[in-house]
Amino acid sequence: MAYERNIGDTILSVDQISLSFGGVKALSNISFAVREHEVFAIIGPNGAGKSSMLNCINGFYHPQEGTITFKGNTRRQVRPSEAARQGIARTFQNIALFNGMSTLDNIMTGRNTKMNKGIFWQALRFGPAEKEEMEHRAVVERVIDFLEIEAIRKTAVGTLPYGLQKRVELGRALAAEPDLLLLDEPMAGMNLEEKQDMCRFILDVNDEFGTTIVLIEHDMGVVMDISDRVVVLDYGKKLAEGTPDEVRTNQDVIDAYLGVSHDDEEA
Amino acid sequence: MLFLLETVISGLMAGVMYALVALGFVLIFKASGIFNFAQGVFALFAGLALYDFIATDGWFYELFGFALPVWLGIIATMGVMIIVAWLVEFLVLRHLVNQEPIILFMSTIGLAYFLEGLGDILFGSDVKPLDIGLPQGASDYLLDNFNLYVEKLEVVAAVVAAVLVVVLAIFFQKTRIGRALRAVADDHQAALSVGISLRTIWVIVWSVSGFVALVAGVMWGSKSGIQFSLSLIALKALPVLILGGFTSVPGAIIGGLIIGVGEKVAEVFAGPYVGGAIENWFAYVLALGFLLIRPQGLFGEKIIERV
Repeated sequence: MAYERNIGDTILSVDQISLSFGGVKALSNISFAVREHEVFAIIGPNGAGKSSMLNCINGFYHPQEGTITFKGNTRRQVRPSEAARQGIARTFQNIALFNGMSTLDNIMTGRNTKMNKGIFWQALRFGPAEKEEMEHRAVVERVIDFLEIEAIRKTAVGTLPYGLQKRVELGRALAAEPDLLLLDEPMAGMNLEEKQDMCRFILDVNDEFGTTIVLIEHDMGVVMDISDRVVVLDYGKKLAEGTPDEVRTNQDVIDAYLGVSHDDEEA
Repeated sequence: MLFLLETVISGLMAGVMYALVALGFVLIFKASGIFNFAQGVFALFAGLALYDFIATDGWFYELFGFALPVWLGIIATMGVMIIVAWLVEFLVLRHLVNQEPIILFMSTIGLAYFLEGLGDILFGSDVKPLDIGLPQGASDYLLDNFNLYVEKLEVVAAVVAAVLVVVLAIFFQKTRIGRALRAVADDHQAALSVGISLRTIWVIVWSVSGFVALVAGVMWGSKSGIQFSLSLIALKALPVLILGGFTSVPGAIIGGLIIGVGEKVAEVFAGPYVGGAIENWFAYVLALGFLLIRPQGLFGEKIIERV
């Protein structure tokens, strides 16, 4: 990579995860490890189990087998609100914003886990709660500056164009100052310019805040450019893991993507 | 002219009472998208519980040999409403996460009948005069100076409603929990992902609406005694909500006032021509007309669906 970062120890390790819905195996025996400060991509064809994997990590799904270790805490089942408190933030494949609320309020919800003044003060918005609100507002303003969305601060997000909504969603995740950021197809449906912006933001987040990023993306050019390491899933199984170059030349991966059986015709 | 003014004022005051009930609906609808049919019964139940705590012919007196002072009775009743809220979450809502709104609505109808029956068993079905020391009778000042007949109690109700609205509006717009409430209403998954616990939020919102129900119960109870017809006022809140918008706190108040004034004025001035009893149906006709012109209500959020 062009810039210097200290890739640290393992921050997230996924061990032997299996998940099924009724008779359908969504994930079988998946293991991988993500190291601190790296950009880690999960790729694979449609239905490979990529989103299911993210949902296991942040507690939406509870895998039947296997464990997930985050920052030294091993757990199989965790509630989503618990995962958020441990420092896992995420965005969604289909944007999940609070449409009735302004950009500012949406991003403020990201501070939820960091605000803890009692409901009594909250109700009056008085005393400690007032001060707390101000402090968090400052963090949120920094996020807004960072993502260059000052102009839409007060706009209801439901009325924003798609690309900006994606950016606001990223902002909400960033406002939590997460240790681990999960991005589910952050560039889906974007035009080239929007994609470039989003890439820049992802790299900047990683670079400036040292946030570890796990992302799912279909645009191979993007994945190969910005990821340190890649894991490839297909039909809920792990096909390969390694640097972008290693993965690119892996025959299993090529087959999965091109859908050809591995014959000797090219040899 | 003076008579018209008096009619309007008494309409406004009746409207405040409707608004207090409607407010409870708005809170739950705003935060969870559920139309809580049981809101009127909540007000009834809170009134019954309060009466029991402070009267000398209730259970509490029988068990402990003394009645609570009014302020302690109110706190104890609030405790009861929080327990009810918690039980609703634990026994009903928790098992219906991600279900269709209509299913949640049905469950609140069940809840309404259950609570009504429980209230009957626990406290009996006779009308109970609730006296917590709120001023009664006409305001002498207005009567002497302007020759206007205005009930003191209704003035108190108006002030209480105004304070409630301001506090609730600030709570919803400017605080973390208020934002969390709105977030939960918008998108469960996204709310979970930022660390909001649905269960906590639901207990909070049902408790707050229990509190609003308590206020409504106290006001109605002081005015006309606590009686089971109170649960029917819930139905009058429906046209109020259609007018004001289901998601707007100020809308509940304005809607309540319009309905209150509208039906009083219609009763007095148009009533004689159609044989009276306009008050019973005026609100619904007004709401029906409103649905044709402005279905989201005066202050409701306009829902834009992109195809």
